[in-house]
Amino acid sequence: MLTQSTHDIATSHSRRRWLAAAAGLVLGLSGFTSARADDDTIKVGVLHSLSGTMAISETTLKDTVLFMIDEQNKKGGVLGKKLEAVVVDPASNWPLFAEKARELITKDKVSVVFGCWTSVSRKSVLPVFKELNSILFYPVQYEGEESERNVFYTGAAPNQQAIPAVDYLMKEEKVKRWVLAGTDYVYPRTTNKILEAYLKSKGVAQEDIMINYTPFGHSDWQTIVADIKKFGSAGKKTAVVSTINGDANVPFYKELGNQGIKATDIPVVAFSVGEEELAGIDTKPLLGHLAAWNYFESIKTPANEKFIKEWQAYTKNPKRTTNDPMEATYIGFNMWVKAVEKAKSVDADKVIDALPGTKTPNLTGGVAEVLPNHHITKPVFIGEIKGNGQFDVVWKTPGLVAGDAWSKELPDSKDLVGDWVGKKCGNYSTKTNKCGGQGS
Amino acid sequence: MLFSMLVPVMAGPFEDAVAKFANDDYSDSEDAVGAIATSGNPLAFSIISALQDGRLMADPDAKKIYVTQPDGKSIDALTGAAVASVPDSAAAVRLNNHLRRAVEAALGGLTLSSPDPEKRILAAQSVYKGHDEAMLPLIDGALQKETNKSAKQALTEARAAILLFKDDATEQQKLEAIATIKARGDQEALAMLTDVPADAPPAVAHAATAAVSAIQQRLALWSVVQNAWYGLSLGSVLLLAAIGLAITFGVMGVINMAHGEMVMIGAYVTFVVQQTIRSHFPGLFDYSLVFAVPLAFIVAGAIGVVIERTIIRFLYGRPLETLLATWGLSLVLQQAVRTMFGPTNQEVANPSWMSGAFQLGQISITYNRLWILCFTMAVFAILLAMLRYTALGLEMRAVTQNRRMAASMGIATSRVDALTFGLGSGIAGIAGVALSQIDNVSPNLGQSYIIDSFMVVVFGGVGNLWGTLVGAFTLGIANKFLEPVAGAVLGKIAILVLIILFIQKRPRGLFALKGRAVEA
Repeated sequence: MLTQSTHDIATSHSRRRWLAAAAGLVLGLSGFTSARADDDTIKVGVLHSLSGTMAISETTLKDTVLFMIDEQNKKGGVLGKKLEAVVVDPASNWPLFAEKARELITKDKVSVVFGCWTSVSRKSVLPVFKELNSILFYPVQYEGEESERNVFYTGAAPNQQAIPAVDYLMKEEKVKRWVLAGTDYVYPRTTNKILEAYLKSKGVAQEDIMINYTPFGHSDWQTIVADIKKFGSAGKKTAVVSTINGDANVPFYKELGNQGIKATDIPVVAFSVGEEELAGIDTKPLLGHLAAWNYFESIKTPANEKFIKEWQAYTKNPKRTTNDPMEATYIGFNMWVKAVEKAKSVDADKVIDALPGTKTPNLTGGVAEVLPNHHITKPVFIGEIKGNGQFDVVWKTPGLVAGDAWSKELPDSKDLVGDWVGKKCGNYSTKTNKCGGQGS
Repeated sequence: MLFSMLVPVMAGPFEDAVAKFANDDYSDSEDAVGAIATSGNPLAFSIISALQDGRLMADPDAKKIYVTQPDGKSIDALTGAAVASVPDSAAAVRLNNHLRRAVEAALGGLTLSSPDPEKRILAAQSVYKGHDEAMLPLIDGALQKETNKSAKQALTEARAAILLFKDDATEQQKLEAIATIKARGDQEALAMLTDVPADAPPAVAHAATAAVSAIQQRLALWSVVQNAWYGLSLGSVLLLAAIGLAITFGVMGVINMAHGEMVMIGAYVTFVVQQTIRSHFPGLFDYSLVFAVPLAFIVAGAIGVVIERTIIRFLYGRPLETLLATWGLSLVLQQAVRTMFGPTNQEVANPSWMSGAFQLGQISITYNRLWILCFTMAVFAILLAMLRYTALGLEMRAVTQNRRMAASMGIATSRVDALTFGLGSGIAGIAGVALSQIDNVSPNLGQSYIIDSFMVVVFGGVGNLWGTLVGAFTLGIANKFLEPVAGAVLGKIAILVLIILFIQKRPRGLFALKGRAVEA
């Protein structure tokens, strides 16, 4: 019911007036671009959960897309037409993602969709995008092992986040013993599988790796934190690599702080904790714990400062933070605009062909380029948590890292490449020289 | 002459070292810390402790370093002369973990002779961790002067740690060192003893292995105690979350899916109270929870009464409709809170008396969990006393046991219904205050507790508060003993399976009500 009403406001005139009042109250949709029924607009779909568990992370991305559309329209839109957002709410319900995606493409005739956060939601919409031949920009770091013709991955692949982070700990912190802690679903499981293979290839013994999974929203961390403490007292430098997702992080960090685990003893490097997640915690006990991302709000570049200023002005909240998936959305949106201008059309096939090779500046002073495997180039930063909830960059990769669709660490995928330019194939096996390896 | 008066500040290792902080380079800063710590300069301690607290300011353009004292005044780090204000171009010198460790070790050496015994103990402990040979003369000197018993103990342990890893220490010294560390018996001692190199003299290596297995045995015993404590603590959280439901569902029989949202509202009340206190009465921050508890009770209770009057009372005796209505209500409440406060987590801080932990034998007990356990027991006792000894409690029991009889005795049953539902909701609100201390304060807070709460109430026996108590602690302890063996995910599944089996055997839970009350 709720989801339906959001959608109606964006598209129809007739029921808009009375529904807007109710929906504005219940859903709090800020900065809505006004709906137009004429054909002089290009429609952009926004497929992010605005209710349910994932609303905490995804609402911000919905606002980001609306913000980008607003900015683009101020510059005159694309191909002389204004952009128009069509916002739907898949309500953190994975099958509903597929349903809403279909609705966006067939009913609203959107040219492109920005959306999804969890891997399971992406997997659920994949068949829809393939069948109806549309474009999805996916802005979140994920486990890799995928390259689809209709999807562009602007978040980090494992070799753009997890592997550099482990390298940093190994080299700079001389870590010998590893705790891989994660939430029990596909992203942490695959990432940990890749990391385990990588660590073993670097000579780490099996008994020096502890793997631990917890359910979504786990809140009682006493036993696990005590276990980590125990594991860390074996006389070798220990670190925790955390793929713990979403809400479970706050109680985890609180327990770490209370049990007195300091970053100087056992550092925790997290892949899903950004500025937004830290907003709910007192970060003083967490000083020095790490996060690996491709963007931090604290990075001082003119592009980033401008983005933050305009974002805070747009949201009318001078304290509103920015984070990595927002930058990925920003990059994805600009890429799409460039590709559409290059193709002089919003036709999905033309835009998909125009995207590889497109370059657009990122917010940290580098250039993001779409690769033939539909991933992009990114810098990798390691940041330490500061007392004010921001990160202080302590290390970065010397240059840009190209995203690997298929991990080189896993035996099943090390011979696979995604190449939508030359081979027209997402899983081309370099061993058999045939399209159609694993994961097809 | 004039020239030589201007220049001399630039000479000497101390001056060179201080200047390095302006480079904004971690390894330069680390060199500087080492050089300053051994320079013997009287400013060394204040510079390094300022660095640790982020009060050391470096001006990269003018190459000047300033120390902002804890009282807000600033001095020039080179000369110690007071300066009026630190220029705007100066920024705090940055630290990384590597540098932080160097700072801790350096401070350890510098505070060994501090007049405060607490600080001396901390210093000795940091020397113990680093067991740097260069510290040995300092430790020996400090040991001779030391009069405080626990400081002396810490120093002896630090000395033992250094000797254990000193290449030219005698075998006898090493064996004594092992005995001292073994007596400590904790995980840090274990870490240190497992670190003893395998090529040590056979007697030493043997003693170390023996000590390791002795400590491991003792720690295994302690881990049972630890699991029991964690179980109690988890049980208290379950009980706290379920206790309100034990009233609305257990006593009244309303399948209240919006119970979790009452907990969530209590947590948001805590947030609002803390915000108000922060901006208007910062001195009272440690008492914020004391204000939040009654307020959360009133707010959640009032919302509960309104819900009962406007929705639930039309649905008595129709469990399916109640379930749907309250579930819908829970979505409405979540979305309302999301609209008002935003979808992101809100920061609720722990007051100082709820932060940190203390050591009991070999387990560390965190204050927030301990307070929550005490608080839960207090709420439970008050609730029991209320039902048992007050007029309202008597009326509640009368109405739930036999509504028509109670009505004919002159009890205004509909008023009692509203108050009972309000009481259950209010208690859920109080639970929210406590849970805000250990969990996220987000609109989803309630969802994570609703299933657990129903589980506890059904397992304990519907309509029986004591059953809820026993049920909560049983589930908590069982969960915590299963978790180390099966992992958190499987542990939770195992508990659910056990409950299903148990309910098959005893459908009315642990403590079933008997007699006529069952029919009511």
